[in-house]
Amino acid sequence: MLYDQVEENTAVPLIQLIDIYKIYQMGSTEVRANDGINLKIMEGEFVAIVGKSGSGKSTIMNIIGALDVPTTGQYILKGQDVSKMKDDALAEVRNKTIGFIFQQYNLLMKQNLLENVELPLLYAGINKKHRKQIAMEALKKLGIEDKWKNYPNQLSGGQQQRGAVARALAGNPSLILADEPTGALDSKTSRELLDFLKKLNEEGNTIVLITHDRTVAEEANRIVTLRDGKIISDDIVNVDREKVFV
Amino acid sequence: MKISQAFKLALRSIMGSKMRSFLTMLGMIIGVASVITLLGLVSGATNYILDTFSDLGTNTVSVNITNTDTRKVSVEDMYEFAEDNSELFQGVSPNVSSRYTVKNGNTSLTTSVIGVGEDYLELNNLEITSGRFIKYADIKNRYSACVIGTYVIEELFEGKVSLGDNVKINGQVYTIVGIQEEQAESEANSKDDIIYIPYSNAARLAGSSDISNFTFATLDPDSVTIAEDLLDDYLYGIMKNEELYRVTSMTELLEMINTMTTLMSSLLGGIAGISLLVAGIGIMNIMLVSVVERTKEIGIRKSLGAKKKDIMSQFVIEATAISTLGGIIGIIVGSIATNLLGNAFGIEAAPTMNAILLAFGVSAGIGIGFGYMPASKAAKLNPIDALRSE
Repeated sequence: MLYDQVEENTAVPLIQLIDIYKIYQMGSTEVRANDGINLKIMEGEFVAIVGKSGSGKSTIMNIIGALDVPTTGQYILKGQDVSKMKDDALAEVRNKTIGFIFQQYNLLMKQNLLENVELPLLYAGINKKHRKQIAMEALKKLGIEDKWKNYPNQLSGGQQQRGAVARALAGNPSLILADEPTGALDSKTSRELLDFLKKLNEEGNTIVLITHDRTVAEEANRIVTLRDGKIISDDIVNVDREKVFV
Repeated sequence: MKISQAFKLALRSIMGSKMRSFLTMLGMIIGVASVITLLGLVSGATNYILDTFSDLGTNTVSVNITNTDTRKVSVEDMYEFAEDNSELFQGVSPNVSSRYTVKNGNTSLTTSVIGVGEDYLELNNLEITSGRFIKYADIKNRYSACVIGTYVIEELFEGKVSLGDNVKINGQVYTIVGIQEEQAESEANSKDDIIYIPYSNAARLAGSSDISNFTFATLDPDSVTIAEDLLDDYLYGIMKNEELYRVTSMTELLEMINTMTTLMSSLLGGIAGISLLVAGIGIMNIMLVSVVERTKEIGIRKSLGAKKKDIMSQFVIEATAISTLGGIIGIIVGSIATNLLGNAFGIEAAPTMNAILLAFGVSAGIGIGFGYMPASKAAKLNPIDALRSE
């Protein structure tokens, strides 16, 4: 089923990308990493954005993640126009609205797991006692609260990725943005992580998953496929859409 | 993010690479220690010089009548003048000094023989250990009494002398009536190498009836300049020509010494200050390296919502922590070095508060100043590029 066909929904979307262009000047040639992207994502969706390398998926992920702004076009996130924001305002959006899960976990090696999970809360200006409490809850949710004192290099890849997920959840973001989250994991831990993401989605979290791997994308409820900077397909899969859109 | 957190972060980063932090600090330690040591030693030396000169009397004004051919100032005039201005002057003493050969039996010695008034002892803050000082009656009657210094006792009497013993000064017999307290470890040419006699006798020994030198003492060392002016006016009234007399005090000399030592402090402090500058550049260099090394960390922090000022303060505080820590160690090292070197040079040298505050302020300032550039470089990093770096 195509996504457009279910768009009688009038609610305000969490994410709205309108005519997004990201154009890089490579010497004399112009590279259109995003070539007119229009996309709406509602609250509670689990969307996978797939594409080969060079399809523009990293660029769109940076824009959705408020790490970058489009050359032209509008990006409305939770009712805010992010596309014209300056660095510090973008930082604020990332801190308050988005939880990142990276392929390489991106934990700080010189801080223990708890401190890593506390980081977004630290920058949100939450006091120490609260920070610890929230971070421990997040770790508990991922089942690694007993590892809070460990440094990342004392943890397995799976545990590190769980730590990264806990960090993404700690700030209670509106959007969880996972960039190739299983890229560095073996199949068993990948499965666990994907199941966990599904569970999070069932609990009502909005998840956007960026991947090149179609089998991973299949876990989502909606698959947006990119090629050459354009959306070439937008499909509802795992037709449990009643559950998603009611 | 709060400053205290940034501090914790900075300390952890410093402790995380101890060797590098120490080497970075070393420049600051050496710079601060040398500033403190040099300024401490100069100040110690200055105090030593000033002490030496103040022994000579910072509250005394010397009057020297250089030409008595046409006009004269009598001893009585001088006493009267001091008396008339008793709110300013503690007193006055004539001062007739020469060097004579003095003898005890066959032992002889050349020493300073000073003809003085009865107030001389008090005006110069001197003490006698036994006997008495020259009295007014001695002066009036030209009694051949003398008070001797300890060096003379050592040399002429082998350290053993009793009141009433005789000594020959330029062939004339004098009776020892008092012994001056030891002033300068009984060294030759010191204040212990001296004999005091009544000024009336001294004038006769010199073959002149005129007394041309007087030592005035003021009540307050600060009023020396006023006293000088007053004496100048008074003497001009009598002598009518300022070429014929001289009024001098230690104050001018002390001022000159002060100017010179201040200059020396600035000069040495400035040279040591250059090493602080070099240390600052070292810190800036290592912070730039650190920013490059930690690009990934900066990217992660930014992706999690760190703002420019958060990254900025993290790096500035780290640089400041390194430099102030180095500064504090430098202050400790400098203080120890000041005392050790002071002892070695035989002066009482202590680190001055000014030098410590200056060194601490400069080291903290250098941390902020030289940490700013690397920190702003870090703060401006693009989060995407930073995240991608390895």
